[in-house]
Amino acid sequence: MVQTMSDPVRRATRIRRFPWPFTGDRYAYSANVEPAPGLRRTIVGEWGRTILDPDETYVAELAERRDILARDPSRHVELPHMRAASWDVLLWGLRELVGTDPAMTLDRQGDGYVWTNRRLGTCQAFRYGDDASLPMGPLMFLGSQIQEDIVLLDQREDRLWADAGCVTFASNWSMAFTAGMSFMEIHGPVPHDFADGAIPRAERFLMRLGAGQAYRRLNWTTTAGYRLDTALDSYADWGASRVRLADCDDFADVFHMRVEVQHLVRLPESGAILFLIRTYLLPLADILTVPEWRAQFASVLTHLPDDIIQYKGLAVLRPRLLAHLG
Amino acid sequence: MSAPAGDDLVLRVEQVVDVAPSIREFVLRPTEGEGLPSHVPGSHLVVACGDRRNAYSLTGEGHAPEAYRISVLHRPDGQGGSAWLHRVRPGHILRCGRPRDAFAPVATARHHLLIAGGIGITPFLSHLRAARRWGRRVSVLYAVAAGAPVPHHAELAALAGDGLRILRGRAAMQAAMDHALQTQVLGTHLYVCGPDGLMDSALALAQAHGWPEERCHAERFGGVDAAEGAPFTVRLHRTGRDIAVAADVSMLDALAAAGVEWPAMCRRGVCGECRMDAAGTILHRDLVLSPAERAAQSCLMPCVSRAEGVLSLDL
Repeated sequence: MVQTMSDPVRRATRIRRFPWPFTGDRYAYSANVEPAPGLRRTIVGEWGRTILDPDETYVAELAERRDILARDPSRHVELPHMRAASWDVLLWGLRELVGTDPAMTLDRQGDGYVWTNRRLGTCQAFRYGDDASLPMGPLMFLGSQIQEDIVLLDQREDRLWADAGCVTFASNWSMAFTAGMSFMEIHGPVPHDFADGAIPRAERFLMRLGAGQAYRRLNWTTTAGYRLDTALDSYADWGASRVRLADCDDFADVFHMRVEVQHLVRLPESGAILFLIRTYLLPLADILTVPEWRAQFASVLTHLPDDIIQYKGLAVLRPRLLAHLG
Repeated sequence: MSAPAGDDLVLRVEQVVDVAPSIREFVLRPTEGEGLPSHVPGSHLVVACGDRRNAYSLTGEGHAPEAYRISVLHRPDGQGGSAWLHRVRPGHILRCGRPRDAFAPVATARHHLLIAGGIGITPFLSHLRAARRWGRRVSVLYAVAAGAPVPHHAELAALAGDGLRILRGRAAMQAAMDHALQTQVLGTHLYVCGPDGLMDSALALAQAHGWPEERCHAERFGGVDAAEGAPFTVRLHRTGRDIAVAADVSMLDALAAAGVEWPAMCRRGVCGECRMDAAGTILHRDLVLSPAERAAQSCLMPCVSRAEGVLSLDL
C-alpha cells in the first residue's frame, strides 16, 4: 500500500515528529545506543517520549501488516523454544501500550487477562501461557496491536539468536531467511571492517542488559516511495521502483529518508532480548523545507565512505541527491 | 511503561515462615502500589541486610508476582547478613535491588537436570514453576543431610512429581549423580547449586562423562554492580581540586555530583561516548577500549571503570 502525504496538516505533523537521525555533519556506523525512553528534540519538533508510538498512522499501518501477513505468512517465524518469550513479549507490549495510550486497558485476575483497545475496537480475554485462549499466537497478537516490527533473540552459549519474529516492514532483509541465525551471522553484510568492531561490541552489550532495561538506537536508509514493506520477500514488487529513482521526474516526492527507531529490551520473565523496529518515512520534499536538515544531509552524504554509500544503496543517487540539497 | 531499571525496590516483610531448622522464608510485598516485576527463573534479589548486601534466590512465581519470596539459611559463621535477616519481623521494610538473572534455564534444552544441595535448592523452585508452566522436562537430585528435614519438601514434590529424588548423605548423592550424568537424553542441560564440594563433584563428574561445558551451569553468588568497587580519588589537574569517588557510585556520577559535566550515553561501558583522558592506575571495565589502549593506562570510560588511589584528569 502506497500512502500519499497530500494533507498539509498531516505533513506538518509528520515532519515535526520525525526522528531525524543526524546530530552533526558526519555519520559513523556505531552502536550509538542510549537509554530509552527519552524525549529528543529536533530543530522542528520532538520524538522518543515513549517506547511505543501509536501515532496517527496506527490503524492504517496495522491494516497493512494484516494484509501482508495474509499474503505472506512467512513474515512471522517462531521456533518452538520461543513460546515463553512470545508470551513474555505480549504482556510487555500490552502493558507498554496501556502506559502510552489512554484508549487501551489491561485487566488482570491471576493468569487471566482482559485486553481492551478502543482504537481498534478489540476486546480480548486470554489466559497467560494458554495458546488456545488467543485467536492467534501471542507474538502475532502483539503484532496486531503495535506498529513496530518484533524480533525475539534467545541468549544461550554466550551468543544471541534471532529465533522468533513478526516483521512486515523490513528494510531489505527477510525474517524468514534470518530466523535461527546468530547475531554475528545476521550482521555479516555490514561493511567497514565489520563496522569497526561495533557489531561484536553491540552483542556483548545486549547480553549484559539487565531485566526490564530498555535502550534504543536509530538507523537510517532510503526508500523509493512511501513504502513500509521493502522486505527482500517482496523485492519483485518494489525493486524496480528503486531503479527508477535514478531518472524519475518527481525525485523529491519519491525519494524518502527511512529512519528506524530500534528498541532493545531485556524481557523480564523469559530473559529474551526484544528487538523492536519502528519505521518512519519522510520524502525529500519535506526534508528540503528544513534548512538545517538539508545542510546536514548534504554534509553527511559528502563525507560517507564509499562502502557505506554502497551498503545504503546510494552510489547512483548521491549526485542527484546533492544537487537537490545544495 | 517500563520502570526505570536499577531503581531500588522498597518491600515490606509480610510473613516470616520457618521452613526448616535455620531456614526462614520471607514473603515480601511492595510498600506502594500492587504487583512486582516479573523475573526469569533462577533470578536472585540483592537485599540490604544492615550494612551488607546479600543475594537470595527468588523462590516464588515469576510471572507478574504480587509478592517475592526468599528463603534464608542462618549462617552463624557468616558475615552477619543472614543473622541480621533472621532477626527481621513482619512489618519490617527492606530495600532490595531489582531481580537479577544469572542462572536461567536454557530454552532449547531437551531436558533439564537440576542438582542441588541444602539451601542450594532455592533457585530451582522458580525453575520448576516455569518448567511446569511451559511444559519443560525436568528432574531433580537433591542432597539433604541424613535425618534432617527437607526444606520446601511439599512444594518440591508438588512441582517436580516423579522427577524429584531426595538423596541422604554424600555417598548416595555421589552415586545418584554419577548414574544420572551417564543416562540423560542428548541435549540435556545440567544446573548445579549447593555447597562448593557438591558443585565441584557434579561438574567434575559431568566433565568426566563428556558433557560439553556449554551444557553445564553453576550458580555461585558474588556478582557486583559494574560501577561499584573500592573508593578512589579523582584529581582535577588544572584546578587542583580532589573529588572522592565512593565505593557504590560510578566515577561519572561522582563527577556530576561535584558539578563536572561530562558527555555520556549508554552508561554501560559500550558506546564510548564518555571516553576520558586520565593518568593513574586505571581498572578498566568497559567493552570499548582495545587491549593496547587499556595497557597504555591513559584513558578510561568513567561510566563503569575505576582507579586505584589517585586518578589525575586534565580538567
